[in-house]
Amino acid sequence: MIRVDDLHLHFGGIRAVDGASIEIAKGSITGLIGPNGAGKSTLFNVIAGHYKPTSGRVWLDGEEITGLSPHELFHKGLLRTFQIAHEFSTLTVRENLMMVPADQPGEVLWDAWFRGGAVRAREAEVRRRADEVIDFLEIGHVAEERAGNLSGGQKKLLELGRTMMVDAKIVFLDEVGAGVNRTLLNTIGDAILRLNKERGYTFCMVEHDMDFIGRLCDPVIVMAEGKVLTEGTPEEVLKNEAVIEAYLGRGLKDRPARAGAGA
Amino acid sequence: MSFLIGEKMTGGYGGADILTGCTIAVDRGEIAVIVGPNGAGKSTAMKAVFGMLRLREGQVRLDGQDITALTPQDRVKAGMGFVPQTSNVFVSLTVEENLEMGAFIRDDDFSATMAQVYDLFPVLKEKRRQPAGELSGGQRQQVAVGRALMTHPKVLMLDEPTAGVSPIVMDELFDKILDIAATGIAILMVEQNARQALNIADRGYVLVQGSNRYTDTGAALLADPDVRRSFLGG
Repeated sequence: MIRVDDLHLHFGGIRAVDGASIEIAKGSITGLIGPNGAGKSTLFNVIAGHYKPTSGRVWLDGEEITGLSPHELFHKGLLRTFQIAHEFSTLTVRENLMMVPADQPGEVLWDAWFRGGAVRAREAEVRRRADEVIDFLEIGHVAEERAGNLSGGQKKLLELGRTMMVDAKIVFLDEVGAGVNRTLLNTIGDAILRLNKERGYTFCMVEHDMDFIGRLCDPVIVMAEGKVLTEGTPEEVLKNEAVIEAYLGRGLKDRPARAGAGA
Repeated sequence: MSFLIGEKMTGGYGGADILTGCTIAVDRGEIAVIVGPNGAGKSTAMKAVFGMLRLREGQVRLDGQDITALTPQDRVKAGMGFVPQTSNVFVSLTVEENLEMGAFIRDDDFSATMAQVYDLFPVLKEKRRQPAGELSGGQRQQVAVGRALMTHPKVLMLDEPTAGVSPIVMDELFDKILDIAATGIAILMVEQNARQALNIADRGYVLVQGSNRYTDTGAALLADPDVRRSFLGG
């Protein structure tokens, strides 16, 4: 569904992405992991149209999309979330969600005046969808809260919720789990699986929680230093020595169990 | 009595109270971890202890002294260090300049402290001339922690230090936090990587809707099936 061919993006002397080629199969939930600074978010930014690559090409369903802007890609069904949430801080949570669908008749002054029925019908439909998303993410108690007042984790949920307001083909999730409670993260995982199975969404996600990756993703692509290090099933990747060395580590070493001391 | 305690704290940002009678305490050399659902008031509790939130009720005491009325600046002078969740480094300043900013309130020679920070985080010494904004997520967190250590705090407060860092860096950060605690500094932190954090915690607090739901040793919370299911993801 997505093909990235020998992508390079250089910032001055820094090769943030340095010859990465990946493929994301339709209907898959593809994981993208790697050390901090490996170029994962930058790769997302190039695919989603925020940066133009220095060289290389990106394809969506056989159509070249290199260099298209984020809103053009949105209309093609390619969405992304951000590692640091980009909410409209003075709008409420519900309003933030209702902003997402494009081409609402109420946006046009003429329609707002002379086609009140159509505007109201569409708004009711968008509102219904927002209510579904709010229920789904269990954020009903803050639906009328200004988004700027949400906690860090709640903002991440709102990011995910925004992608659920339209019928996407492929959604790129940039660390949707960072700062989200683990129990809630399981719920988000269920949501992702359902969107994948029931609505046919394809996902590609950057994530550091390996339990979460292991449960949802196949395949998993590992990046390091702007390149693809390896790719495989979660089990294969977790056993890979190079991945353990560069990314996973071996846990806290040589430390006596501390829990239970004091207090 | 605990070295640092925020007792029966109640307050919010103007609207409804976010904290409702919440108590958080930590002793020197100890690690206390706050976990809980999103929006439970974990970061708010940290801000309240640090003086960034006016309490309607309750008290904060450091080493027996009531500091409830002190500004955050004065709390830093009293021995508290705080690392916020986001925007915690000056991205356009170099690593070394960030550390110097951390020592802003000091009039004495802080070069020994800087050397200690470089000992603790060798990668920062390597990158000391580089703007902090060019560092990776894990390295930035090290800058933020190093900056907070520049005042020689007795208490170090960390709001989700491992959010968005890779597993290997998370282990390293927790390892460093253990080193810092071993020097006698009290550590109070909020974490969503709750299992790993409770593993190194002397005390754990589970907050729900602004008040204490469970309080116990890290090990006991990890073993509690209710806590596991509701807050640690099973």
